[in-house]
Formats: sequence, structure tokens, C-alpha cells
Amino acid sequence: MPDRVTEPSDPRPLAAGVSAGASAGASAAPAVEFNDVQIAYGKFIAVHNFSLSIEKGSFVTLLGPSGCGKTTLLRAVAGLVGISSGQIAIGGRRIDDVPIYKRNIGLVFQNYALFPHKTVFDNVAFGLKYHNVPKADIAPRVARALEMVRLAGSERKLPSQLSGGQQQRIALARAIVFEPEVLLLDEPLSALDANMREEMRVEIKKIQKQTGITAIFVTHDQEEALSMSDRIVVMSAGKAEQIGSPTDVYDRPATTFVADFLGKANLLAATVKDRDAGGVSVTLSTGQTVRVATDRQVAAGDKVSVVVRPQKLAVGSELPNRLSGRVLSTSYLGSRIIYEIDLGQGSIIRANVAVVTEPVREGETIEVGFDPADCVLL
Amino acid sequence: MSAAPADREGRWAWRLTRFMTVCVYIFMFAPILATIVLSFNASRFGGFPMTGFSLHWYGVLWQNAAVVTAFKASLWIALVTAVVTTIVGVLTALALVRFDFRGKEALGTLVILPALVPETILGVGLLILIKSIDQPRTLTILILGHILLALPYVVLIAQARMISVRRVYEEAAMSMGASRFATFREVTLPLLVPAVAAGALLAFTISFDNTSASLFWRPAGVETMPTQILAMLKTSISPEVNALGTVMIVMTVGIPLLGGAIASALTHLNRRKSREDAR
Repeated sequence: MPDRVTEPSDPRPLAAGVSAGASAGASAAPAVEFNDVQIAYGKFIAVHNFSLSIEKGSFVTLLGPSGCGKTTLLRAVAGLVGISSGQIAIGGRRIDDVPIYKRNIGLVFQNYALFPHKTVFDNVAFGLKYHNVPKADIAPRVARALEMVRLAGSERKLPSQLSGGQQQRIALARAIVFEPEVLLLDEPLSALDANMREEMRVEIKKIQKQTGITAIFVTHDQEEALSMSDRIVVMSAGKAEQIGSPTDVYDRPATTFVADFLGKANLLAATVKDRDAGGVSVTLSTGQTVRVATDRQVAAGDKVSVVVRPQKLAVGSELPNRLSGRVLSTSYLGSRIIYEIDLGQGSIIRANVAVVTEPVREGETIEVGFDPADCVLL
Repeated sequence: MSAAPADREGRWAWRLTRFMTVCVYIFMFAPILATIVLSFNASRFGGFPMTGFSLHWYGVLWQNAAVVTAFKASLWIALVTAVVTTIVGVLTALALVRFDFRGKEALGTLVILPALVPETILGVGLLILIKSIDQPRTLTILILGHILLALPYVVLIAQARMISVRRVYEEAAMSMGASRFATFREVTLPLLVPAVAAGALLAFTISFDNTSASLFWRPAGVETMPTQILAMLKTSISPEVNALGTVMIVMTVGIPLLGGAIASALTHLNRRKSREDAR
């Protein structure tokens, strides 16, 4: 477990717009660093020994179900929650004893939290005022920030006169206008309706790239995490389950939790039969034998799980690994079909396949296959 | 068919309820109404029948030095009580809602207690206390007593409002660099304004028409409006008392109403201003 958590980040190049600044400061301290952080409320430990180093200018997401400690970690960076042990550093500076108002962070909340009694201008100017920005610079900087969130000219409105999406854009402008070292986003899209959520997702990402600000984003929505992040920290019960790029955590989940939480993968219980240069042969609990391409060290007889995404399965294909079973349900979605297939022995999988032939009806037998490279052994 | 008897029963229940409600309102408001109406009576006797409409008794009241003195005393006492109670009450509510400290629950209960203890007992209690430490009854003691009486209500109002002011506003302000004090001044306090205003008005009213406790606490020679009325009633039921009562009613009902009207007018004004600015 611990080796996975402290695993060094892969030296993947960052997104183009940011890489210049980031690589120039390669020797500089990471933007945010968690070192063995533990957070406890009385006897309840919300976060266990969490370590993570966040590169300058990157977009990191803390992803997990509610109660996994992701918001607690974010609030610890903000200084709204005290840590029990370990250290948190922003820009190489330890901040354990620094009060929130001296941390130089931008904070965006789920429910916007715009000051209801202040105009948009006063809301956005608030941070500038307390960062000793000269009076003459305040108005132009507010105007620029509002332009960035595409709400130029709304200075004199009150928050109550704006829609949810507009309020959240103002909240974003308010959090970045004084150029904080880190932008902390606490489920900023959860209160918005579905259409607005997708629009804001793109917008937040765009603004983050434009400004090159380091961002920590908290969400329980895997789609948000996958689409926005440079790196994702998948969390469960106060621990980091896996830290990696979106493709890492999606295609190569480190634990069954990650595999299940991100996109509801099929988990097949199996026993290792033998291994050779190319991979491993395993016998599923249903009796079928499949091959898995993996460099994991396993010995014959080990109990393992095979993880296959529903989209990686194909009907009646020429692929080497074949599973057959009875169709429990067929959901025809136009371009795709989702089958629920009973493989016997209480083992039920989902297959999300392209429509090439007539849909197989419920109760009929079906054969699906997958490539040894398209699955993961856990 | 079967619904008919139930309907009839229901109708009678409603009629009875309506009748009882009207009775209760008559019981509550008839004396007040009678006082107001009789204060305009031209008769020399403070009772029905009316013999004509006149402002005579208000004029008499105005000429009565004792009444004017009592009115001024009450006004000052109520003003000081309102100001002090509002400041102390809001800060107490802030501590109770936003901070954790030892004995918080005990403090919360203690602050509310004066509202639960009968006023007479409170009156006697404070009197015994100042006697036992050999202090004379002074105006300060009277005002302190009024603060004691009004504080629970102000704290309760401020607490309720403070709970509804979400903490994220304060967190947002602090994340943008505002210190705790600046956050209180710029965010918490403005959002508390309705509670502060309501608390101040209530404290003023509680102090202004307090009778029983004031009887125990007032220093020799000082009369407040209610004690003055009592003193006047001892000698005769003059129509002057009706006029004085009407003044009291106007003050204690009118001030909160006026406050509410001003508050809602201000909000409307603000709204309209920002809407016009936005155009």
C-alpha cells in the first residue's frame, strides 16, 4: 500500500501552455507538498498518512466518494482544518502555523459563497483590497478578471441577480484575481445543472491553463476528474488508492476500488494457471481460461482479479479471450448496446459494444471477447 | 352521502374556532382600544360614555412636569439599554455560534435564564444583592437590570440569524486575505444588520415598558413611564392616564413597526439602485 502512495509521479510532459514556466522552475519547490499528513477529528481519522507533491501549474484532482477525506485535505491546504501530524508546504514554505488569511490561496466553494450584500465589483475587488493592491489598479484588474470569465460589465449587479452558473464564474474570478499561489476548488460544479456543469468544466480548465495557476480540484464525479486533470488522486476511506494521470487510473487501476469507482469495470475472480514471457493465463471462477498481458509477478495458484472495462468487450469477435453466457438484459442505445451477461456461478458482467449485428435478445446466449492487453490483473 | 355529516361537523368546528379566536382577540385588544378611544374623550371622567372628541388630556399631560420627567427618564434608560444590550448580545451570540470554548453550553443557558425566571423574583434578587453589598439603588443599577432583562432576547435573535449566515462567507473572506476582524466588519456584521436592528428595537421596547422589575430597582425619586402611570392610578383614574397609556402604546408598538418599515424601504432602495446601475 504505502509504495503505491509515495510512487514518484511519472515525468509526463505537462500541457503545452504551462510547460515552459514549469520546466524553467524544475529545480524550484513544488507548488504544494503534502508530507505524511494525518488529519483526525477526535478518534476518527479522516486522512491517513497522505503524501503528494504537486507540480507548479498542474491541475490535480482529489477524487473519491463522499467521506473519503478529499474535502478535508483541501480545507487543510486552505487552513480551515488543522492537521494532526505531518506537513503541508505551499511553494516550499511550511504553512502549518500560517493562518488562512496569510496563505495566499484562492478558494471556490460548492455554493458560490459570494457576499450577498456586495456587488460583483466589490466581491471581486475584495481580495485585491486585502493584498494591498494600489487603488488605481483595482478597477482594471477586476475588469480583466470578469472578462476572463466572460461576465464583463456585470460589476454593479448583486449576486442575487445572477444565475447559478454566473455566480460560480464570479466566484472563480474572485478567487484568481489576486493571483494566489494555489487555486482550491471544492466541488465547484456540484450545485449547477447538467448542461451548465459541462460548460463550466471546460471554462475552469481553460482559465487554469491561461493563467498557469496550480489548481487542486475536489470532486466525486469521475467524468470531471478524467476530463480536467493532469493528475488524479483516487481516495477511499482517508487513503490515496492511486495517484496518476487520467489514463493511468482509468486503464491501469491499481486497486479493485479504483477499477470499480472509475467507470464501473467488470471484476472477474480468477486463479493464476501459469505465466510466460507474454503474460499470465488465469482460470476464472466460471471455469473459462483467459490470458492477461501483465508484468506483475504472480505464481501459479495465486488468487487474482481480472478487470475488464465494459467498452473493451466485443461480441463474437476474433479476440483471443472469449466469455460466453446468457443475456440478462439488453439496452439498445442507438450506436451502442449494453448487455448484462450472466457467466454462471453468480458472475455477471456488463458489455458496452458497438452495434454491428442485430441485438442479442434477453435469454439468448452470447459470446463476447477481449484482448489480453485490454485488461488488468489485480 | 357519508361525507355529509362529517361536513356538517367540520363546519361547526370551524364556526366554534372562529368564535373562540374572535373572543380571544377581543379580550386582548379591547382594553387597548378602550384606552386609546377614551384618551380622546372630552369628559372629566376617565370612562364611558364619550362626551366628545378632544385632545385636551394630551395637553394636560404635556403640562405635567412629573410625566415629562418620567418620559425623558424612560427614553434615556431604554436608549442606553438598547445600545449596550445590542453590542453585548451580538458579541455573545457570535461567541456562542462561531467559537468553541469550555463552558459554552453553561454560558448559553445562563444568558437565556433571565427570560425564564419570573420578573418579580429577578427584581427581588437584584435588590437583595445590592443591599447585601451595601450599594444604593442608582440609575446605573436600574439600567443594568434592564440590560439583564433584554439580553436574552437580543442573544436569541442574533444567534438565530448568525446560524443562517453561512460560515462559507467568512471562510471566503479570510481566504482572500481578510483578517478575522476585517471579516467580521466586512462580512459578518453587515449580514447581521437585520438581527442587530431587531434586537435593538426589542431591547428598547422591553426596557421602555418594563414595570414590575423597575418598581424594585428604581432609585428614590426616579419614575419611569410605567411606574409614573402606577403612581397616578393610585390617586385617581383620570383621563390623563388614558392619554399617557396611548403614548406608551404608540411608542412600544410604533417603534418596532417604524424600524421594520425603514429596513424594508432601505432594502428596496438598494435593490432598485443596483438594478438601475446595472442597466
